[in-house]
Amino acid sequence: MLLIACPWCGERDETEYHYGGQAHVAHPADPAALTDAEWGEYLFVRANPKGDFAERWLHSAGCRRWFNVVRHTVTHDITAVYPAGQARPDAHTEVTA
Amino acid sequence: MTADSLAADNRAVDRLAHLRRSPLGGLADRLAAGSAPGPRGVRLREIPYLAQLNLRLDPIGPAARRVAEALGTPLPDRTASVTVTGALRVLWLGPDEWLVVGPDGTAPGVEQTLRQVLGDEPGSLVDLSANRTTLELSGPSARAVLEHGCSLDLHPRAFGPGHCAQTTVSKVQVILDQTDAEPTYRLLVRASFARYLADWLLDAMSESTP
Ligand SMILES: [Zn+2]
Repeated sequence: MLLIACPWCGERDETEYHYGGQAHVAHPADPAALTDAEWGEYLFVRANPKGDFAERWLHSAGCRRWFNVVRHTVTHDITAVYPAGQARPDAHTEVTA
Repeated sequence: MTADSLAADNRAVDRLAHLRRSPLGGLADRLAAGSAPGPRGVRLREIPYLAQLNLRLDPIGPAARRVAEALGTPLPDRTASVTVTGALRVLWLGPDEWLVVGPDGTAPGVEQTLRQVLGDEPGSLVDLSANRTTLELSGPSARAVLEHGCSLDLHPRAFGPGHCAQTTVSKVQVILDQTDAEPTYRLLVRASFARYLADWLLDAMSESTP
């Protein structure tokens, strides 16, 4: 069980949250201009690093706010929690090996 | 909605009040039977029909100031998450969201007041009184009972009167509001989960009661 610190409510069990996938996936500025392949890329293709990963979480059983978490996909270490809309605070390079 | 039509609506609701059924209305006897006094006692009852108004606005905007003046208390924040003013309790639900809880029948008056002071500022005010009912768990063993199914740190050093939290108790989403140090907790629970939560609490209480 992960212990995740909601930016508003503090530390809560993982079961209070819902996972929202990769963070910082920008909506295309002009979706109509995209090819089907580019649109498919935007909708479905996500990074899958072995290492730090910025992802979205929803505190669904608490304050019902979305926020972002940087979590290590191997160790589950959470190194940053920050409100939605803020830039990723860490400059870690993702471990790919 | 004009004041006249609101008043007419309220009169219509008053005439139907005797038809109301609270989610746990049929369980009062069982809740009483499962309660026990004494130094290790714990009591459970339903407080039906509390007025509950959901308020959302910019916490540092002019509307927040006017609402605080009208209520007679600052809107609470995450650190002091409950403020009390007269018969009303204002619960912090999120950075721009509160629940104003009052006795049965107070919702229309509070709504009218707050709607006036909100004016044209961005925000919303919704009467959610029928969304949840309230279970009150109190007594020396109340915290121990709650800890069977709540992972929050409820020790007085971390949680006490003046604190509320939205969390889960036995997997059910509740708004937990501690009202005194005995301790007494209010669990605001959605109507359709109330029966399950009451049964679960009665079961957990059976360890503390003879
Ligand atoms: Zn939260």
